[in-house]
Amino acid sequence: MSRLLYLLPLILFLGAAGYFAAPILQGKDPSTLPSAMIDKPAPARDLPALIASKPGIDPASLAGDVRLVNFFASWCGPCRVEHPLLMEIAESNAVPLYGINYKDAPGAAVNWLAQLGDPFQRIGRDGDGRAAIEWGVYGVPETYVVDKAGRIQYRHVGPLSREDYQEVILPIVERLREANG
Amino acid sequence: MIAELGHYALALALCVAVVQSTVPLYGAARGDDILMSLARPAASAQFLAILVAFGALTHGYVTSDFSILNVAQNSHSLKPMLYKVSGVWGNHEGSMVLWVLILALFGFAVAAFGNNLPPSLRARVLSVQGMIGVGFLGFILLTSNPFERLIPAPLDGRDLNPLLQDPGLAFHPPMLYLGYVGFSMAFSFAVAALIEGRVDPAWARWVRPWTLAAWTSLTGGIALGSWWAYYELGWGGWWYWDPVENASFMPWLAGTALLHSAIVVEKRDALKSWTILLAIITFGLSLMGTFLVRSGVLTSVHAFAVDPERGLVILALLTIAIGGALILFAIRAPSMKLGGMFQPISREGGLVMNNLLLSVATATVFIGTLYPLFLDATTGEKVSVGPPFFNAAFVPVMMPLVLLVAVGPMLAWKRGDLPGAMARLWTAAILSIAAAGFVWSQQNDVAFGPIVGFAFAGWLAGGSITEWAERIALFRVPLATSLARAGGLPRSAHGMTLAHLGLAIFICGAVADSFWRQEVVVNAKPGETVSIAGFDLTLDKIERTRGPNYQTETAHLSVSRDGAPVTTLRPERRFYPVQQMPTTEAAIHSTFLADLYAAIGEGGDRQGWTVRVWHNPLVPWIWAGCLVMVIGGLVSLSDRRLRVGAPKRRTNAPSAAQVAGAD
Repeated sequence: MSRLLYLLPLILFLGAAGYFAAPILQGKDPSTLPSAMIDKPAPARDLPALIASKPGIDPASLAGDVRLVNFFASWCGPCRVEHPLLMEIAESNAVPLYGINYKDAPGAAVNWLAQLGDPFQRIGRDGDGRAAIEWGVYGVPETYVVDKAGRIQYRHVGPLSREDYQEVILPIVERLREANG
Repeated sequence: MIAELGHYALALALCVAVVQSTVPLYGAARGDDILMSLARPAASAQFLAILVAFGALTHGYVTSDFSILNVAQNSHSLKPMLYKVSGVWGNHEGSMVLWVLILALFGFAVAAFGNNLPPSLRARVLSVQGMIGVGFLGFILLTSNPFERLIPAPLDGRDLNPLLQDPGLAFHPPMLYLGYVGFSMAFSFAVAALIEGRVDPAWARWVRPWTLAAWTSLTGGIALGSWWAYYELGWGGWWYWDPVENASFMPWLAGTALLHSAIVVEKRDALKSWTILLAIITFGLSLMGTFLVRSGVLTSVHAFAVDPERGLVILALLTIAIGGALILFAIRAPSMKLGGMFQPISREGGLVMNNLLLSVATATVFIGTLYPLFLDATTGEKVSVGPPFFNAAFVPVMMPLVLLVAVGPMLAWKRGDLPGAMARLWTAAILSIAAAGFVWSQQNDVAFGPIVGFAFAGWLAGGSITEWAERIALFRVPLATSLARAGGLPRSAHGMTLAHLGLAIFICGAVADSFWRQEVVVNAKPGETVSIAGFDLTLDKIERTRGPNYQTETAHLSVSRDGAPVTTLRPERRFYPVQQMPTTEAAIHSTFLADLYAAIGEGGDRQGWTVRVWHNPLVPWIWAGCLVMVIGGLVSLSDRRLRVGAPKRRTNAPSAAQVAGAD
């Protein structure tokens, strides 16, 4: 019995090493969405409104047009980095932006938007992070492209840069708009 | 030519390391003094060869030799000299050369100062150290050659990532690596002890200073990194629980546990197999940090350019080193003699609790950092773990530890007197209540977080000071006698008090900042004013100028309080044309009690500028606390008993020790 105890560290270590090796051997890139989520309908969950004057997000509201859905939180540094770009996207009216506020104190999130500006047409509150799990969020910020049928078509991990937006996201948005007439 | 020389020196170092890792080990098994004595010149030769290689690479950077691919990718002729030199380790290849340089430096230190080590132990330690060297030198030569040529050479380089062009970050990696790699000494000693099948207090006396040196450097390195993130990233925060930050924090937690358990081995000859296991785990976590930063299995704000293949090689090295050590542990540790017995309430008991809590804390950070990876590999589900998890899981583990830090040193070895210790802690209790009361009286709305936080910090500081004051009988005997006693205390006692006080100072800073931080973000045009925490900041003008390799926009914010001018803050927004990358340079007005922190974002004369201002109470205390911890480590390190080479020769050491020591 006591000998087994001394073997325990080795067994735990080998288990952990296996987990480290798996993503590399399978050639997975943590910044890409598992193919399972692409082309699947966005998770059907009603998210309550963060701000009284602005509606929350429900499955019906995601259909009808191509949209960007951005997961953000006031405690998240990188969200702050991408925020000016989100404001520009909102001003340009190129594509509607929906926001999902992830695991945040509502007061802090409202203050944050009041100070930095609010680029979103709708904001849903995901206080316990359930929605983020269903969407497959790895860490905030993340941005999703959702097509007219309410299906996830693209996922961007981390803060959005101007290049990402103009060279990757916008072409996808335009392609999706044309595809369905 | 010089680059080829450097490349050759690296290959030479690999050959020497192969010899160093095999011959002395064989000699120790055979009891052959001549073969064992090969370890010391080999370790010195390996260090010299790597030093030549490192010098050659540095020469390439300093002279801007863009025919070297690595220099062309990471340097620029216009870069200031400091960043040309720090550029050497600002990239994957160069940082690995620094890594092996420090590894060889530690091996060299054992060779140079290890006169009083039993020769077989010294030979085995240097052999294990040599094996690690073989692994990483091979890794550099086969997958990450820093001396690769680029023909034809470009006219100028691609420049270093501008975020890294900063004095704080110039010294962050060397200190961090001194810490990471310093734990390789504890690891080599642990493996050598497992091979010998023997751990005694003399062994612990040797392991402690190395662990302490590594811990001190790592503390400094993490603090520098956090300070850099604070003023350079321009987000106003100082710790983000980012995977890369956690990768350096885990070895720190495990190393702190190791530091304490080694005391028990030295003083009481107990906890031997646990200490060995901790030494292996600590170095394993250090290697894991090296792996995580370079493999790309986790996404992070500040990782190196990732390459999965390199990641796999580092993982293989990690598996061989740590897996091998753990196999040895499973075979040898059960037969190790149990040491001294002790009651649960005793100094040893307190240190065991310290180790338990620190291990749980390490495991918490480990799980929080890697859980997304584990779950993804198991179920394909992706989850996110952010600061909410760490704040909820880590802080509660640390709270009992902080309570214990004040009590533990009060307990006697073997059998302690808890009521007696608590009775002597009345000053700590008073300080704790006073701190809580002061915070309560200062708050407008009663929040319990800061009250509890400061009560804990007060308790810790009070307990540490009481323990120190009791040892020198302060106020009980004339002051002169007390001072004489203080002079007679071992320096490690002062070091411990300082390190624990540093922790208390750090807690004050962390608690105050997380509960009382204020921020204002406005869009301001010249002439407009922002108000925060009683300060008024007026945007006077925005100035456009040029630096050596960047263009910059500097905002002039004049700060006043109740109409009286305080200072002028000049936050900058820089643009580095070579890398096409903007950076923010925050401006900080720091008093002892708070930081006023300003950063500017994008803007123009017509639409105005984004001005972000933070008021961060007690934030300087975070780094002051770390600094006091580092000073504590250094003071303790200067203790005569721990000084390298100072401990007394073991009286029963075989005469071969003298022979080997003489040459």
